[in-house]
Amino acid sequence: MAEIYILWWRQMKRYIRTRSRIVGAIGQPILFLLALGYGLGSVYQRAGEGNYLHFLVPGVIVQTILFSGVFWGMQILFDKRFGFLKEMLVAPVSRLRILLGNALGGATIALLQGFFVLIIAYFFGFRPDNLSMLPLALLLMVMLSLALTSFGAGLASMVEDFQGFQAINNFLIFPLFFLSSALYPLTHAPHLLQLLASVNPLSYAVDGLRYSLITQSHFGIGKDLIVVSATLTVCIGFAVSRFNRLQA
Amino acid sequence: MYNTQLMSSKYAVVARDVVKTFGSIKAVDGVSFEVKPGEIFAFLGPNGAGKSTTIKMLTTMLRPSSGQLFLNGHDVVKEQAYARKSFGIVFQDPAVEEELTAYENMLFHAVLYGVPKVEQKPRIKQLLELVELWERRDSLVRTFSGGMRRRLEIARGLLHHPKILFLDEPTLGLDTQTRNILWAYVRKLSKNEGMTIFFTTHYLDEAEQVAQRIAIIDHGKIIATGTSKQLTDLTSTKNLEQAYLKLTGEGTRDEVSEDNNGLNVRGAMLNQRLR
Repeated sequence: MAEIYILWWRQMKRYIRTRSRIVGAIGQPILFLLALGYGLGSVYQRAGEGNYLHFLVPGVIVQTILFSGVFWGMQILFDKRFGFLKEMLVAPVSRLRILLGNALGGATIALLQGFFVLIIAYFFGFRPDNLSMLPLALLLMVMLSLALTSFGAGLASMVEDFQGFQAINNFLIFPLFFLSSALYPLTHAPHLLQLLASVNPLSYAVDGLRYSLITQSHFGIGKDLIVVSATLTVCIGFAVSRFNRLQA
Repeated sequence: MYNTQLMSSKYAVVARDVVKTFGSIKAVDGVSFEVKPGEIFAFLGPNGAGKSTTIKMLTTMLRPSSGQLFLNGHDVVKEQAYARKSFGIVFQDPAVEEELTAYENMLFHAVLYGVPKVEQKPRIKQLLELVELWERRDSLVRTFSGGMRRRLEIARGLLHHPKILFLDEPTLGLDTQTRNILWAYVRKLSKNEGMTIFFTTHYLDEAEQVAQRIAIIDHGKIIATGTSKQLTDLTSTKNLEQAYLKLTGEGTRDEVSEDNNGLNVRGAMLNQRLR
């Protein structure tokens, strides 16, 4: 346990000491909420769909968890590049524990960032429909943070350099986000988008959060929970198998 | 012929016919050697000769393609956990966490290596004082010079009381004063604590002065082993540098690339494939 704790502790220290990243990670969702939430809000309302800001908040929470989860999972890539990974890999601690400590640290950070968005949204006038559903929202956010940090750790174990990281961001993370139900309702979306969103696990996370925060759901909360849990399982399996093969 | 397991228990480090291939490249090609307990052993060779790959195999970072490696009689591949507790290592490239302080880097290491909680603080203090970093214990490593980082890594490598210390080009980029302090301390560790020291260097004067025995490796094969005197006698030369040049030739070697300095042959091959 002590080993896992110290690995987690180190991630948290890193996070607290790199303030620019905290500012950036909070600035981006504010931008999304402001530009999209207010910019598209009136059009959305005129289309008879209701309050767009309320619709958008779960999507932006998922976006924040997506980007910071994958980023902090990919910390392993930075550690590889700057040598610190060797210090961890030659220690008499199993690979599984090293992965677990790092992933828990990354997931904690992603979860915190997701919370910040919720707090920021509060100041923009966002109110959850039903406070008793907050634990469900929390559960979904925890599962998503862990899943995406593991996913990032698995990816980081596969790529050699920062170019690989950029490619993953551009060709995997951005499409995952834009082709989910984060920004627009799927009900009236073109069939192709509906199809893509329905095979994208992020859509189910967004949908589940939307259900627990503003009681709107496209897929149904049961399906959402099943898909998010399955995603978590697959991501952890992926991270373990990739990290085990990693050579420093 | 001989019982490797039995024989290996007499030595601190044993390599038997160790081969490591990366695709079609043979980085280490049938290397065998022994290091006695408490001995200071130098591993010399040109760039890309297989020094770092050998150290990486001895320290469980790479698995040998074939052959056997033992630390204190324990198979490195089969008893990885034992091996990892028994050695300390100072890597060729810095491997400290810049966003942690010197003290925090030490603490991180102490916990990972299971140093008992009550011993953590006194040991960290003692070692940081030794490398003259105690005053700077609360500074972020980001603010440290290359030499200070090296000293910190050396202190860290000793934190869990290893029986064998691997030093992969430990003096690279250090000033003369720091180098002298380092080697004086390494000698003391070997003499007083019976610690086995295995190091690589490109500075032949260091090897000549510090090492009790030297192995020279080139193109993945060990081409000579012995004391500095034995090597100069063997080649009828005056000093180790001349002996070394006679054995390995005067030509320079391809540095695979600045980042792929033999440590990272796999990366180098990937790069070549991309080109």
